[in-house]
Amino acid sequence: MSATALHPSELPEQPSEPKNYLNVAHTIKSWLLTGDHKRIAILYLFSTGFFFFLGGLAAAVIRYELTSPAGVVLESETYNRVFSAHGIIMVFLFLVVVIPATLGNFLIPLMVGARDLAFPRLNLLSWYLYMAGGTIVLAGMIWGGIDTGWTFYTPYSSMYSNTNVSLVIVGIFLGGFSSITTGINFIVTVHKMRAPGMTWFRLPLFVWSMYATSVVIILGTPVIAITLLLVVFERTFKLPIFSPELGGDPVLFQHLFWFYSHPAVYIMILPAFGVQSELIANFARKRIFGYHFVAFSSIAIAGLGFLVWGHHMFISSQSMYQGVVFSLISFLVAVPSAVKVFNWTATLYKGNIRLQSPMLYALSFIGLFTVGGLTGLFLGSMGTDVHLTNTYFIVAHFHYVMVGGTVTAFLGGLHYWWPKMTGRIYNDGWAKINALIVFMGFNLTFFPQFIAGFLGMPRRYHYYYLMPEVQAYHIMSSAGASFLALGLILPVFYLGASLKNGAKASANPWGAHGLEWETTSPPPTFNFVETPVVTDEVYDFDPVSEYEQERATQEMVHPGTPGLLTKDGELKTGDRE
Amino acid sequence: MWSNFPLAPPSASNFAPEYDFIFYTLLALTILFTLIVGIAVTVFTIRYRRGTKVDRSRPIYEDLRLELTWTIIPLILGLIMFFFGARLFIHMKTPPPDAQEIFVIGKQWMWHAQHANGVRENNTLHVPVGRPVKLTMISQDVIHAFYIPAFRVQYHVVPGRYTQMWFTATKAGVYHLFCGMYCGTQHSEMGGKVVAMDPKDWANWIANGGNTVPPMTMEQAGHRLYNRLSCNNCHGAESNLRAPSLYGIYNSKRSFANGGAAIADDTYIRESILRPHNRLTQGYGPTMPAYEGQLSEEDVLNLIAYIRNIGGMANPATPSPTNMQNVPVQSARTNGQNPLSYGAMQFDNPSSDPTPTNRTTNPSVGAIAAEDRGDR
Amino acid sequence: MAAITHTSDHSHDDHHGPLHHQFESIEQQNESYIVGMWTFLVTEVMFFGALFLTYTLYRAMYQHDFFVAHEHLSIPMGAFNTIVLLISSFTMVLAVHFAQLKRARAVIANLWLTIALAGVFLVVKYFEYTSKFADNLYPGPSFTANKAVFEHNGHVPEIDLNHAQIFYGLYFGMTGLHAVHIIVGILVLAALARMWMKGNRLVTEDFVPTELVGLYWHFVDLVWIFLFPLMYLMPKPH
Repeated sequence: MSATALHPSELPEQPSEPKNYLNVAHTIKSWLLTGDHKRIAILYLFSTGFFFFLGGLAAAVIRYELTSPAGVVLESETYNRVFSAHGIIMVFLFLVVVIPATLGNFLIPLMVGARDLAFPRLNLLSWYLYMAGGTIVLAGMIWGGIDTGWTFYTPYSSMYSNTNVSLVIVGIFLGGFSSITTGINFIVTVHKMRAPGMTWFRLPLFVWSMYATSVVIILGTPVIAITLLLVVFERTFKLPIFSPELGGDPVLFQHLFWFYSHPAVYIMILPAFGVQSELIANFARKRIFGYHFVAFSSIAIAGLGFLVWGHHMFISSQSMYQGVVFSLISFLVAVPSAVKVFNWTATLYKGNIRLQSPMLYALSFIGLFTVGGLTGLFLGSMGTDVHLTNTYFIVAHFHYVMVGGTVTAFLGGLHYWWPKMTGRIYNDGWAKINALIVFMGFNLTFFPQFIAGFLGMPRRYHYYYLMPEVQAYHIMSSAGASFLALGLILPVFYLGASLKNGAKASANPWGAHGLEWETTSPPPTFNFVETPVVTDEVYDFDPVSEYEQERATQEMVHPGTPGLLTKDGELKTGDRE
Repeated sequence: MWSNFPLAPPSASNFAPEYDFIFYTLLALTILFTLIVGIAVTVFTIRYRRGTKVDRSRPIYEDLRLELTWTIIPLILGLIMFFFGARLFIHMKTPPPDAQEIFVIGKQWMWHAQHANGVRENNTLHVPVGRPVKLTMISQDVIHAFYIPAFRVQYHVVPGRYTQMWFTATKAGVYHLFCGMYCGTQHSEMGGKVVAMDPKDWANWIANGGNTVPPMTMEQAGHRLYNRLSCNNCHGAESNLRAPSLYGIYNSKRSFANGGAAIADDTYIRESILRPHNRLTQGYGPTMPAYEGQLSEEDVLNLIAYIRNIGGMANPATPSPTNMQNVPVQSARTNGQNPLSYGAMQFDNPSSDPTPTNRTTNPSVGAIAAEDRGDR
Repeated sequence: MAAITHTSDHSHDDHHGPLHHQFESIEQQNESYIVGMWTFLVTEVMFFGALFLTYTLYRAMYQHDFFVAHEHLSIPMGAFNTIVLLISSFTMVLAVHFAQLKRARAVIANLWLTIALAGVFLVVKYFEYTSKFADNLYPGPSFTANKAVFEHNGHVPEIDLNHAQIFYGLYFGMTGLHAVHIIVGILVLAALARMWMKGNRLVTEDFVPTELVGLYWHFVDLVWIFLFPLMYLMPKPH
């Protein structure tokens, strides 16, 4: 202590840290007019997070309201708007967008060894379309709301509902173009911008899944865009397309709607599969078992996924022969997903497994997605679907694959690539606890819904006083939801805290494999100092190497330390080879 | 306590056993594969956790036979389940030709069912146990779905086209009826009951106009039937050439054309309705038609109840206004006509129902035969 | 993995336009743009495709009514428009050809010809639309209730006006969407022509931008090639 202690602002300036994409410029304009795919990814991270929070609020209201068979605080008119908001926000503004636009945008150029995506300005336009669309959707929900459900079935949505259907559809329409432009960008990047030596079969499986996702996006999204536009025309101009009073066909809407919306669920899950492959490979320190099978299974899912939409319509009055074809192909499309699950499991055999939090998310994904996928078979089988469709069984099924699948994988990927994206290490202790909270809260929320659905509890029901016997399951579900909500909010805090307090991350704190780990954390604006030339195979781990094991641990604990500090304080520098 | 946690819905239709078999098979397969994967993941994660001293040499990165195995086996299992599911569905979509047809109209936010002989009901469906029932459905506005969990059947009810579903109830009872397709504000209140009844009970129910008339006393029901059958055409307040008056007839002494006599008790009145020519009142010929085979026992009892008091009241009993308020829809359906006669209109309409109503299969035949045999 | 130093300072290379920073070479840039444009056109196929599917289904269901309804359309005007667009595609091809040869004046002339022909198309469309409006043949509450509008050879045919409304709804929807694409195309073509006129190196040094616009324009023409026979040239149903 000295009387002449210096005020912090008078301290001599620290040597400036190397320029990376985050600190290269600080103005708002540099963020809002950026072409850098990494900045755009961060923009998306914040905006998808915002919409996720709103959709989650809606979910909280739903679960609160459902604790009592005769409701708690809402009128049915309001409840119907709340569940519609939950579905529309979560499907169109979160699930379809989050992994492609945050992790995909950030990682694809890095993983293929490029400086940016093929069309950076188109990428920025993507984000603006998303924000415009999302804002319009939100406006529609706040000023009046919409009560058609996210499926917009006609003629309710086109002739009977007196809510903001048209406004919300316009918002979704714009969001659809955001999706399409992202898809175009990814396809061209993967085809044309791979670094020298980066052959297709040296690509990380995340890139394979993003490529398959993009193909689905560009083929499916335009169809929903025009379909929803036709609903708007029917509402505004009384154009008789789907309304039977005027000769239209309400089931035609369902065909057109599900032609996109079934592939849409593959848009939501394929990126999650990609993240999953990265997590399993890098935390088992072993090349994914059956790499080629996993890569091609993504393509198979993308292709077959376009041929099964009618399994949402078994009882819609479509002919039973149509139904038989759709059911058959649905069982076919289930197989590649099973293949992936088995391959990930086999990767663990003779691996060298670290159980840091991203791996905990990856392992819980395997369990939850398996249940979610298998319960899909109950629904793909026509006879069993008759009783289960439109019930909570469906709700449970899709939450298992969407939340237990996509959201879990997103959290795992967010934690895994957090050091790369932000240059900071977060507290893994908190993260591990959080992974357990999410897993347990999720199961408590949604498993009872399978039973309620089998008993016959229909979905989209505000009141269930006609069947009060399921109340116990609703209460369990709502209790679980509180717990799950905690697990979804906590990361904001410990990840946010890492931005200030976390240790600085080195280029490869996990000791992982991939081009993104060959550059600094965070990466410079143009990703690589020099264009990489790829000579190694993908996931080229040598699990037996002791050096590798120790190096990675040390990096987590003492990031930035070169070489390997042994117990005796000796410094070993060794190469992986 | 465990009744708070039901696990399965009642199984009350012909489809339920087949359905439950497929469902529980799928459940077993789900549990099996989840366990396989879950145990494998757990075992590998523990065994091959970083730092464990186990053999990690010669790891394998691909194995075509393994890939084919775990592709083909799930595929075959899936195709088997597909086959069972499709077969059940096709069964559900092909009603038997002798299925009894009931018409259903769905609208925001109620169900309206109409039986072939004209009986109507709202938010309830009465069906006989053991007989196939085919529902022909249409919506008046948006898409709904008619869902009976206990029967494992559900189908969309679409505006502008008829959709069908069928089932055979196998267990009497009261079961949930729900609207399964979101249809607006009161979607969750658009439900009711399916009442599966023993065939005899159902026959009575339907023969008596179902629940469409307000509850009546037997005397009121008898009066209604008396008018419907036009008994008062011949049996006036005073005796005339055609028929004796029935006023005060009950328990009076009757003399017969063949010289006998009897007290006009319930048995006598019953016989006079069903086979009037058996014992003609003195002074009258065999003019009155026999109602044997056309009335159920309940009908006869109702007539007797009325005839006991006939003439004792200045005006025939009408259902009190409070009765009508219990069934508000009825006034709409009767288009302002006298509700008493509404039922009469129903029975006047010839039914195209191929299955004959129960009034022709009459238990009274056996009773009369027993009488003739001298059984008492 | 070793890295090879690779400078990418092509911006002063005389043989092509500016190279964007994310690309390694002008070849990569050009190929990327072309793959991007084809991918975009695939999305447009799906976009229009849903409408074509809807139209096909309703036409199959209401063959007679669609036939009677379509007779109000003018086949000569439609055929004229088809020829106009085909010629415009030809002038577009010429523009791309001359861009490859770097003959700016010829490019500019052909681009303006394309624009002019597109304008003619729109003018004809205007007359077609107004003739429909005059007879209240646009979808909505004021759709005609007068079957005499469909009089043909002095005989008013039997027609379900609801189905006629579906036909006209789809007619305006599909040709309207197509017209929107024509308008966007005109704007893009005008911008491209201006860049050529100003000697902007982005387009003068490299024919690919012009080719991209050409791809788009050919697609728009192709949509009309399908629309015209489907809507105007219906055979009489049996």
